[in-house]
Amino acid sequence: MFVLVVGGGKVGYYLSRELIESGHEVVLMEKDRPRADQIADEIGSVVVPHDGCEGKYLAEAGANRADIVAAVTGDDEDNLVICQMARHHFDVKRTIARVNNPKNERLFKHLGVDEIISPTRMILGSIEQDIPVHELLHLAALGEGELELIEAHLQAGSPAVGRATKDLEIPAGCALFAYIREGVAAPLGPETVLREGDKVIAIGKTECETLLHEQLIGAAEALDGR
Amino acid sequence: MKTVIVGCGRVGATLADLFDRAGHEVILLDLATRAFDRLPATFSGSAIRGDGTDEDTLRRAGAADADVFLALTEGDNRNVMAAQVAAEALGAKRTIAKINDPLRAAAYAELGLATLCRTSLMADAVADYVGLPVSGLPGIRTPSGTHHDDQHHATEAPASVGQGAVRGQEV
Repeated sequence: MFVLVVGGGKVGYYLSRELIESGHEVVLMEKDRPRADQIADEIGSVVVPHDGCEGKYLAEAGANRADIVAAVTGDDEDNLVICQMARHHFDVKRTIARVNNPKNERLFKHLGVDEIISPTRMILGSIEQDIPVHELLHLAALGEGELELIEAHLQAGSPAVGRATKDLEIPAGCALFAYIREGVAAPLGPETVLREGDKVIAIGKTECETLLHEQLIGAAEALDGR
Repeated sequence: MKTVIVGCGRVGATLADLFDRAGHEVILLDLATRAFDRLPATFSGSAIRGDGTDEDTLRRAGAADADVFLALTEGDNRNVMAAQVAAEALGAKRTIAKINDPLRAAAYAELGLATLCRTSLMADAVADYVGLPVSGLPGIRTPSGTHHDDQHHATEAPASVGQGAVRGQEV
């Protein structure tokens, strides 16, 4: 597989090194000359010391035959342009962008970037898991990002407490499949009666979230003053 | 006519003044307040310090119902992104992005952005002055397509972009 990596920061550097070690063809673009030379010294002559946002240099780096373009610079706008140029100008089938500002994720997706990696979101997700909040926790994005793995921590006052799962109104396109009670995980059957303190694990479409929230946590108004 | 301008450099400030004098509503954005020193004392529009590629900032600045949206910062890519946020996420009507790299300017015109390329404009002006052949391209390349044309995966409706929560954002 031929992977074109744009951005020779820490991410680009280690990404290229790992890819080379696993036997892939790699070209790394880094516009800062001293940095580019330094990387070339360490991992070999796979570095193109030019700006990967410029069509001319993308062409020189072989963008037109790249299987994957990974834009991992520190600037969101650069990563967006790299992916868009790769896709539309060089017909690259798969583009991956690093996104630093989580607010840009949806925009990038909409503008045709195939895969979005958000370190900020990942760290945020990890932190959220440690904070007891009366909210749905996002454990992971599945599929193309339209599905979410969600955890709901049932508190007193949750409409789901004391009810069997079959009596809950679970939105279409959404499945409750397991629960954690006192640290023990178990599959969630239709007859399982939920208790306060249970953690319910669900998979659902992003847009089901509001309904799921109402069923498992409570209506949004009830959360005032949280 | 409501005009939002991102980037208060020479071009941004000049155009802001021009629109303002013509009696139009002007909202100018720049990351540095010092940039607004370029504006004449008579300027009666708004000058806001903020990131013109940030959707919320643009929304607050009123880009959603702008009749004209101009992305005129120093960075080609910042302009591309600002214009795309305005057009795609917020629905600004006429968006123009300054893109000085001719190749990128042409590519983004094909992707649905009106683009303004200083490099081509100046080259043409000089060529014309000394009697060399000019490119014949218009000063502003009008969009000739959208970036949704050849998508092989489903895209959401523009209206849904950025509205409500991005995954996990409502914390």
